[in-house]
Amino acid sequence: MLSTLLRRVAYALPIMAGVALVCFALVHLAPGDPLVSILPPDASAELAAQMRTLYGFDRPLPEQFVAWVWRALHGDLGTSIATGRPVASEVLNAVGNTLRLAVLATAIGFVLGSVFGFVAGYFQGSWPDRLASLLSVLGVSVPHYWLGMVMVILFSALTGWLPATGAGPDGSGSWAWDWQHGQYMLLPALTMSVIPMGIIARTVRALVAEILAQEFIVGLRAKGLTDGGVFRHVVKNAAPTALAVMGLQLGYLLGGSILIETVFSWPGTGFLLNSAIFQRDLPLLQGTILVLAMFFVVLNLLVDIVQSLLDPRIARG
Amino acid sequence: MNALSPAAPAAVAQAVASAAVQRSPGYWRSVGQRLLADRVAMLAGLVVLALLGLALFGPWLAPADPYQSSMLKRLQPIGAEGYPLGSDELGRDLLSRLIVGTRLSLFMGITPVLAAFAIGSAIGILAGYAGGWVNSAIMRTIDVFYAFPSVLLAIALSGALGAGIVNSLLSLTIVFVPQIARVAEAVTAQAKGRDYVEAARASGAGAFTIVRVHVLGNVLGPIFVYATSLIAVSLILASGLSFLGLGVKPPEPEWGLMLNTLRTAIYTQPLVAALPGVMIFITSIAFNLLSDGLRSAMDNKR
Repeated sequence: MLSTLLRRVAYALPIMAGVALVCFALVHLAPGDPLVSILPPDASAELAAQMRTLYGFDRPLPEQFVAWVWRALHGDLGTSIATGRPVASEVLNAVGNTLRLAVLATAIGFVLGSVFGFVAGYFQGSWPDRLASLLSVLGVSVPHYWLGMVMVILFSALTGWLPATGAGPDGSGSWAWDWQHGQYMLLPALTMSVIPMGIIARTVRALVAEILAQEFIVGLRAKGLTDGGVFRHVVKNAAPTALAVMGLQLGYLLGGSILIETVFSWPGTGFLLNSAIFQRDLPLLQGTILVLAMFFVVLNLLVDIVQSLLDPRIARG
Repeated sequence: MNALSPAAPAAVAQAVASAAVQRSPGYWRSVGQRLLADRVAMLAGLVVLALLGLALFGPWLAPADPYQSSMLKRLQPIGAEGYPLGSDELGRDLLSRLIVGTRLSLFMGITPVLAAFAIGSAIGILAGYAGGWVNSAIMRTIDVFYAFPSVLLAIALSGALGAGIVNSLLSLTIVFVPQIARVAEAVTAQAKGRDYVEAARASGAGAFTIVRVHVLGNVLGPIFVYATSLIAVSLILASGLSFLGLGVKPPEPEWGLMLNTLRTAIYTQPLVAALPGVMIFITSIAFNLLSDGLRSAMDNKR
């Protein structure tokens, strides 16, 4: 078990280093001077050089990379060029908001997707299967930012039932677990839940169909096990993969929520990325992407480990 | 809605498939027959053809000039005089913009997949056939890009490169190359282990000849089918980049950009504001269903 664990971690470490390199390269891929957004257009060459030294842009690239990684490992992602605040605290704040949304969306998507998937897999070829298949095709085909707009139109513009944008009655300043604040989460979370729902429904349908076709199911039926008993075995066999997909989807939503957050003006990582891009705030862009990508890698690793704990057959593979 | 029910055509397709295997008229002919028998895929194929028609002939089919704005006729409702689907925030005819926008929207979505198909296949086949340290070097690099959620990578790259058509195409190509290369590597490694490859090598064929004669024909099909399944994702991402202001620039008609500029009209003309998204939705459903149909038609194990 320990060796499996170490092997997974050893496999993830170079990927993390690579991800850091890509994030670092992004800034130097960008055309123009990274300081262009804060330097006044008539800045003297002297001032520009001073700023460059201050931000460390005058050092050789490999040296900059090592210094950047070293600081990042110590929780220092640099200073936002636009706001002058530490990138790490801005990102942490935003990740909290996005995580809240992504967890709710994944939960909704997992519950509904599993139900659809189970029904479809159990009754293959019947109308519930066709309905579930149709819904999951619609789910993976829908442009989710447009779905967000439709949600706003239906539940806010036309009916006025729910607030359309923001994260609370007083903007995004505070959060509390009550209806006053919770209603702001409903539309973005429902919109976001469509992404994992379609994928989980497809996965669970395929899993259930595959499990039901296996010989041990016939064996269980032959020994007189009730449908409920067989169902329990199907769930037990489908659960590790379904949970793994759910974990990956959560990581995916953390990084993939930018478009939905834009529609709902949700103050999460997507919002942060958006402002970083349009203000050309490269340290903020770099830091946000690094944190999100690392989250995704770590989540992948955790899913791998949990999956091999749940299902020893995988660990050997 | 009967046309969208997958069960009955699947049964028909299966019957055709088994008949085809008995007569053995060649693999691709039987794939074509199975695809023709799949009503859902055929319907989706018709929609795709119609969209391609719009993309080719859009400028001649549009009833009005898609760039002609009118300050007095801004945000007309659907069915208004001279504006069958209303007008946008600058008073331009929405129907014309939707029709003419088909070309750019499809181009922005399909081009990255085609480019990634070419590049990703080459990389994947090289890795899969070479094996050893070449394989490790290529695949570990690909794993790094695979470690980013695709939306995040696309937005991060476009954000760093800056808005524009070329940068958007470039970012999306970089997003899809690793995904296609992974599939290409897997199928190539599988094909490499076959007896006929062994036989070819034993009879003195060089690596290049083996890949060209024995590997390509067996791997390009599966890679292509996988690539078609990415078209819908690519269309959604491409218009998503434009929606964020990172792709196509105004005043070009493109569905994602139209959604972006119409967002301000969400309370005044909600139905008009949602229309460009309907086009993206229909296009992506059609490509997804066609790709699903193609995949099950090529699955000759059934």
